[in-house]
Amino acid sequence: MSAENKQATKYITINNRKIPFTDEKNVLSIIRKTGIDLPTFCYHSELSTYGACRMCVVEDDRGRVFASCSEVPRDGMVIYTNTPKLQHHRKMILELLLASHCRDCTTCRENGVCTLQKLAQQLGVDKVRFENTKEQLPVDDSSNCIFIDPNKCILCGDCVRTCEEIQGLGILNFAHRGSKMRVTSAFHRKMADTDCVGCGQCRVVCPTGAITIKSNVHAVWEVVSDKSKRVVVQIAPAVRVAIGDSFGLPRGENAIGKLVAALRRMGFDEIYDTNFGADLTVMEESKELAERLESGENLPLFTSCCPGWVSFCEKKHPEYRKHISTCRSPQQMFGALIKEDAKVRREQAIANNEPADERETIVVSIMPCTAKKNEIVRPEHFTDGVQNVDFVLTTVEVTRMIREAGIDLAQMPSESMDMPFGLASGAAAIFGVTGGVTEAVLRRLVGSNRMEDLEEISFTGVRGIEGVKEATVTLGDREVKIAVVNGLKCADEVLNKMKAGEVYYDFVEVMACKRGCITGGGQPTPIGPRTKKARFEGMYNIDKAAQIKLSNENPFIRTLYDGILKGKEHKLLHNEYGES
Amino acid sequence: MQKVENREILNDLRDASRQRMEQSKCRILICAGTGCLAGGSGAVYERMCELVAGDPDIEVQFGPEIAHGDGPMEVKKSGCHGFCEMGPLMRIEPLGILYTKVKLEDCEAIFERTIKKGDVIRHLLYKQNGIEYQKQEEIPFYKKQTRLVLENCGHIDAEHIEESIAHGGYQALAKVLFEMTPEQVVDEILESNLRGRGGGGFQTGYKWKQVARQPEKIRYVVCNGDEGDPGAFMDRSIMEGDPHKMIEGMMIAAYAVGAQEGYIYVRAEYPLAISRLKKAMQDAEEHGLLGDHIMGTDFSFRLHINRGAGAFVCGEGSALTASIEGNRGMPRVKPPRTVEQGLFEKPTVLNNVETYANVPMIILKGAAWYKTIGPENSPGTKAFALTGSVKNTGLIEVPMGTTLREVIFDIGGGIKGDGEFKAVQIGGPSGGCLITPHLDVSLDFDSLKKMGAMIGSGGLVVMDSNTCMVEVARFFMNFTQNESCGKCVPCREGTKRMLEILERIVAGNGTMEDLDLLEELATMITETALCGLGKSAALPVMSTLKLFRDEYIEHVVEKKCASHTCSALRRFVISPELCKGCSRCARNCPVGAISGKIKEPFTIDDSVCIKCGACESNCAFGAIHVEA
Repeated sequence: MSAENKQATKYITINNRKIPFTDEKNVLSIIRKTGIDLPTFCYHSELSTYGACRMCVVEDDRGRVFASCSEVPRDGMVIYTNTPKLQHHRKMILELLLASHCRDCTTCRENGVCTLQKLAQQLGVDKVRFENTKEQLPVDDSSNCIFIDPNKCILCGDCVRTCEEIQGLGILNFAHRGSKMRVTSAFHRKMADTDCVGCGQCRVVCPTGAITIKSNVHAVWEVVSDKSKRVVVQIAPAVRVAIGDSFGLPRGENAIGKLVAALRRMGFDEIYDTNFGADLTVMEESKELAERLESGENLPLFTSCCPGWVSFCEKKHPEYRKHISTCRSPQQMFGALIKEDAKVRREQAIANNEPADERETIVVSIMPCTAKKNEIVRPEHFTDGVQNVDFVLTTVEVTRMIREAGIDLAQMPSESMDMPFGLASGAAAIFGVTGGVTEAVLRRLVGSNRMEDLEEISFTGVRGIEGVKEATVTLGDREVKIAVVNGLKCADEVLNKMKAGEVYYDFVEVMACKRGCITGGGQPTPIGPRTKKARFEGMYNIDKAAQIKLSNENPFIRTLYDGILKGKEHKLLHNEYGES
Repeated sequence: MQKVENREILNDLRDASRQRMEQSKCRILICAGTGCLAGGSGAVYERMCELVAGDPDIEVQFGPEIAHGDGPMEVKKSGCHGFCEMGPLMRIEPLGILYTKVKLEDCEAIFERTIKKGDVIRHLLYKQNGIEYQKQEEIPFYKKQTRLVLENCGHIDAEHIEESIAHGGYQALAKVLFEMTPEQVVDEILESNLRGRGGGGFQTGYKWKQVARQPEKIRYVVCNGDEGDPGAFMDRSIMEGDPHKMIEGMMIAAYAVGAQEGYIYVRAEYPLAISRLKKAMQDAEEHGLLGDHIMGTDFSFRLHINRGAGAFVCGEGSALTASIEGNRGMPRVKPPRTVEQGLFEKPTVLNNVETYANVPMIILKGAAWYKTIGPENSPGTKAFALTGSVKNTGLIEVPMGTTLREVIFDIGGGIKGDGEFKAVQIGGPSGGCLITPHLDVSLDFDSLKKMGAMIGSGGLVVMDSNTCMVEVARFFMNFTQNESCGKCVPCREGTKRMLEILERIVAGNGTMEDLDLLEELATMITETALCGLGKSAALPVMSTLKLFRDEYIEHVVEKKCASHTCSALRRFVISPELCKGCSRCARNCPVGAISGKIKEPFTIDDSVCIKCGACESNCAFGAIHVEA
């Protein structure tokens, strides 16, 4: 090491061990790098430092106690993370939190995954010396996506900051002071009466059961056991890299085969892939983009796969509604197609005097997303008065159902999906990450499956985790300007810049959740940096391994366009967002 | 109106105003501080105006509308004189008479006898120990004080900029603009060792220096007028009584650190302070003393007023700036500190009202002079709001280092009703108690810290032997819990539990374990809370628990409150020898706790009694009393 380098190295002594550091923004991150899992409720590296839970307190060599999350590291600092004083303070803080918290752990939805419960156990809080004297507040079940129980809230503010800083919505905030403080919407409005888009990111960061997923588990069990129903299930791309989390499978591993096997054993009649719907979306959306580029109307074209984004655009920037692609989302295309297929087959059977399947077709979607629960009840997602998708189960709910059925997913064999709607391209698989839709559409428009061409597309800048990614692609003789946007706050900024004339795009993909569906509101938590990375890579690995790379090369897709889709593309696969 | 476009015009204006004030034959200054207004001084002012105006022989001018000239008679509303116990107050110049407790019906006599003939109305004079004091300056309450910051409060018309100018207002600003560089101003303040009067006692000059050296060029000067401690009203009196002094201080700070914009954050509960500040700002702007190109120089400064919605926590720097920005008033983690990223994330000088009011005199008279007042490490004076069981409550100003004994017994005149001194609570909800052995301790930042108390913003609540210290602790904890912003767990949840325990103890349901739990919670909160308010939230309990542990134990073990303050612990008894057996007490008892045979002594069943005292007040023979 050169003398210069030696001088530049800074050290901090943690529990008598000298630890070098460089540009870490706080002491907490250095402590965690050394393998010490200092507990926190309110610290998330992607959010502003809030410093309210005080769990990460450390002590310095002069006996001063401070929160490590908000302390800037200084060379020569000497700190201890586990002195008797700190142990005592942390236990006391936990005891105080537990004292004002609903303690019906055994019947709580978050039992086993609750951070408060976990830390209380980990830190050895074995008694609570205070009664819960907090006023009991009503729960809010008005949203189709999330369920709020304020009595389980520990006021860490993670949801507040996520909604404000990542999603730019600010639906939730604090009201009242002292021990009467609570997280609520403006004027205590019910969530259904706010501009909440249902993305569920508040639920992802919530360390307790205060914000949970609105559950459809019970209803789905009912239809599964109902013999008069043919229950068809579709599985979204990002579910397969997260479902294994709760069953001890490696993070990010594609567990689709095991999931299919489990679902069969649970009694679902047919199991298909939403990726098939995604292939249809690619076909339709690329066609639409080509048409709009040709006509020059309503550019840029906005993607429509993400219901959180669609809802956001309608609520915050209604003047841009007509820019949203008329394509239904993959889940909706799929739902409409399945129901149409059943209808056609029954009509054919009756016409041929053959025994018809008398069962009612129920479409259940397994989604990484809470906003999808709201998408299915929107009026435009009914075809001929029939709801395209009947139930949305999030990854978390399916995990619960698998457990309820007594199945250990890890022990399941790998089984294939049912055909024909179980086959999909690699382009469809990457819908689960931000930039995936764009890449898939570009593949279709470039129309080449040569490895070099595919790689060129992947390197245009659409992959990655930045807030706004920009790319320019030449299609024919035209340069097409593309933006791929992560998170609604960034979307808001892009739209405002467009309005101000500062930027111009032809095609804009927006995913409401940062990194896309892999971190969706319905995914198993916690979703730390390592989990995010593993899921991200998992999605691209599926594409890499796929034999079919292009949506238009999916043989069943081609058959469809010549078959039941003929003349019905618009009815089954499109909406009109432009008309209110 | 002539704009003050250079220093000469300011001096001319000062001389002319001074001359006019000296020429006037008679100035009647009626205190229009909040305390006196509540006591009816507004009506007294109106009546005096009527009387004086109604007399054809007197040429008279009223209130702020006075034209510039040589008016022979003025009736004025002044700011707070400080002697609130004796309000409404009326000062008559040039006689120097101070009339106390002036009522509406006294006005006529004052007019006829004092104004017209120069006679003194003796019953309106202040008396102490049989001595009548005709002149304000001779009253012991004032004589022992050193009024520098409050010099003009009560002596000038706070709504009239020219009176301020006559008393040297804006001279310090002129000095810095025409004679000093910003660096010299910072150095002068640094040299004076002026420490923040808001509670922390941080060096003001050092704060300014840090802001001045930030790379960001947009900077702000903010005045904290969110005086939230129960019983403190120093800042209010300055804002009401001499707003220009504080504004001048802010402008000097702005010049020193290179700020062009300032905010005054005043709690909305101070409507008079707000209206006087607004008037002062408007007058200063009209005179070219605020706004663009002040006194013809390149220095420009714009000032805004923000009204706080009455949250105690908004007195904390980062909560205050958040509130100005329109956000929820909650402290944030530091760093970045306010001097680096304060208001709108720009470098910000944040001082309180009294601190800014100290600045002009330091500039005019120099740091060396300033350091001759008070001890070396806490120079200058400090205003205190003296309240509680003391004879002369009010607003006082003494040099730092004055002892509690001097404040309570000399200025305050001793304990009300000649009771026994028990303790003084200093620093409000963030402070602690001092007792008899501390009476000769010097009142300054460092000495008090050593005693487990703090100067805080300067509230002094004197308590006599009729005060229950557990109840005092409960009172402050109740305040803190209600005013906690709710952000960090130790303060939000910890103070709630401490309050519950204290409520248990005063209700007679406390245990000895509760005392340990109180200490445990107090230590945890002090060491882990997020902001300064949280860290000091447990101080009133810790201090009383340390100094009056016996009293706590008495409540817990013997279920007794020696001062009879805690009503749940009172035990009513009927003296058999005095009781005539009339049954009146039993008939008045709302819960049927009293029984007995007619014409024989009655008895009270303590397990049923709700301690309402209806029996005691209804007994015709004085046979019922609270057990000692």
